[in-house]
Amino acid sequence: MQILEINKMILTIARKELKLLFVSPLAWTFLALIQLILTWVFLGRLDAFLELQAQLMQIANPPGATEVIIVPVFAVASIVLLMTTPLLTMRLMAEEWRNHTMALLISAPISMTAIVLGKFLGLMVFFLLATLLAVVLSLSLLVGGAMDLGLLVSNAIGLLLLAACFVSIGLYISSLTSHPAIAALGTLGILLALWIADIVVSDVSGVIQNFSLLRHYENFNRGLIDSFSFAFFTLFIVTFLILTVRRLDGERLHG
Amino acid sequence: MSTLVNDSIPNVTISAHNLSRRFGNHIAVRRVDLELKRGEVLGLLGPNGAGKSTTMQMLTGNLAPTSGSVQICGIDLLKNPRKAKRYIGYLPENPPLYKELTVDEYLRFAARLHNVDLSRIDFVLTEVKQRCGLSDIGQRLISALSKGYQQRVGVAQAIIHQPEIIILDEPSVGLDPNQIREIRTLIRELGKSCSVILSTHILPEVESVCDRVQIMNQGVMVFSAALTELKQKGLSLERIFEQLTLKNANTGN
Repeated sequence: MQILEINKMILTIARKELKLLFVSPLAWTFLALIQLILTWVFLGRLDAFLELQAQLMQIANPPGATEVIIVPVFAVASIVLLMTTPLLTMRLMAEEWRNHTMALLISAPISMTAIVLGKFLGLMVFFLLATLLAVVLSLSLLVGGAMDLGLLVSNAIGLLLLAACFVSIGLYISSLTSHPAIAALGTLGILLALWIADIVVSDVSGVIQNFSLLRHYENFNRGLIDSFSFAFFTLFIVTFLILTVRRLDGERLHG
Repeated sequence: MSTLVNDSIPNVTISAHNLSRRFGNHIAVRRVDLELKRGEVLGLLGPNGAGKSTTMQMLTGNLAPTSGSVQICGIDLLKNPRKAKRYIGYLPENPPLYKELTVDEYLRFAARLHNVDLSRIDFVLTEVKQRCGLSDIGQRLISALSKGYQQRVGVAQAIIHQPEIIILDEPSVGLDPNQIREIRTLIRELGKSCSVILSTHILPEVESVCDRVQIMNQGVMVFSAALTELKQKGLSLERIFEQLTLKNANTGN
C-alpha cells in the first residue's frame, strides 16, 4: 500500500517534469538537434559503406552494415548527450530553489526520495524518447537488408545507462545551487573531466581510467554488455541519487 | 458531543513546544510555544525579521527546528512528517508557482501531490477555483496573471486538499482593496471548519479576521491574547504592537 503510494508520487513528479520540459522549446530543440546530427552521421556512414561494400566482401570476416553505420552513430550520440544533458538537468532542482517552488513539494506529504526519483524518472523518459529516435533511425537499415539487432540493443542499453549517469550527476549538481547556469557549467565540467580521465592517463592502466564513463560506454558500443561496466554505471547512478536526497534533507536541516 | 469517537482528529490541531531555530550564530526563533484549536484563526504579528516566516516554515516541515517539537493533529511532525503533512496547507511568503503551467494544470498537480483522489480532482478543482475567484482563468498561463491573481492561485493550492490546518504567510500582499476584502472573507469562511494561521503586517486585518493574536519580536513570542479579550478590556492592538516591538530601537537593532 505504502509502496503503491510512493510510486504514485514518483509518477506525479515525473509527469510534472515532463510537462515543464515540453512546454519549453528547449526539449524540442534538443530532440531536433540530436536527430539532425545523428541522421547526418548515419547518411555519411551509409555512403561510405556502399562505396566500400565491394572491397569489404573480399575480407574473410567482413564488418556488417550495423558495425560500419550504427556503431559510429551511437558513438556520436554519446558525445551529443554529454554536451547537452547539462542544459536539460540544470533547472531540475536549481529552478525549484530559485522560484521558491520547492516549498510546494516539501510541504506535500511526499518523501525527498520520491521527489528525487520522480525528477530522475521524468528526464529519463525524455531520454528514452531520444534513444528510441536513434533506434528507429537505425532500424531503417532493415529496408536494405539484414542487420545485427543484438548490437543495436546493446548500443541502446548503453546509451540509456550513459544518459542515466549524466542525469543523476546533473541532478545532484543542480541541487547544490539556485543558479541554473552554474549548475549547467558545473555538470558540463565534471562530465568533460570524466571523459578526459581516460585520455590523460592513457599509458598507465590505472584506476582512474575506470572512472571514465565513455570508456565503459565503448564496451556497449562494441556490442559487449560488460558486467563490470554495467555495475559501474548502476553504482554511479545510485550514488548521485542518494547524494541528492541527502542534499535535500540537509537543506531542511541547515538551510 | 463525542468528538473522540466521531473524529480521530483531536481538537488541538497544532501544538508546538519550545521551538527554536538558529542559523549559525544567529538565533532566528527562540523557545516559541504555539497552540491552535480547531476552528480558530490565529494572527501572527511582528516586525520584519521577527521570525514569523521561520516559525511557519518549521510548522510546515520546510525547516527542521534546532530544538523543540511540533504536533500536527496529534502526530509528531518530525518523527512522522509524511503523515503529519497531510493535514497542512501552506502558502509561503513567495507563492510556489510553476509559471510555465496554466492555472488548471498547476492546481491539478498540487491536488495529485496532496493525494486527492483521482476521481474527485475535477470536482475539487472547480470548487477551489470558485472559492478563490479563479473560475474564468483556468486556461491562462500563471506567468500571464497579475500579482493578485497569482496570490489567489497560491491560496487555492494551499486549500485544494481540504486540510485541517491552513498556514498563510502574508496572504494579502500585492492585492488591491477589493481582493483583500475577498480574501478576508475567504479566510473567515475557512476558519469555521479548520484552523488558520496567518502572518501579516496589517493590524486591521488581524482585527477583522482573527480570533486570537500572537506577537513576535526578535524571535521571541512576546504577546498572546484572544481578540475578544482585548476588546473587553478596551485595549488597542496597535498600541500593544508599538509598545512591544519598538524596543527594537532601544536595543540597537
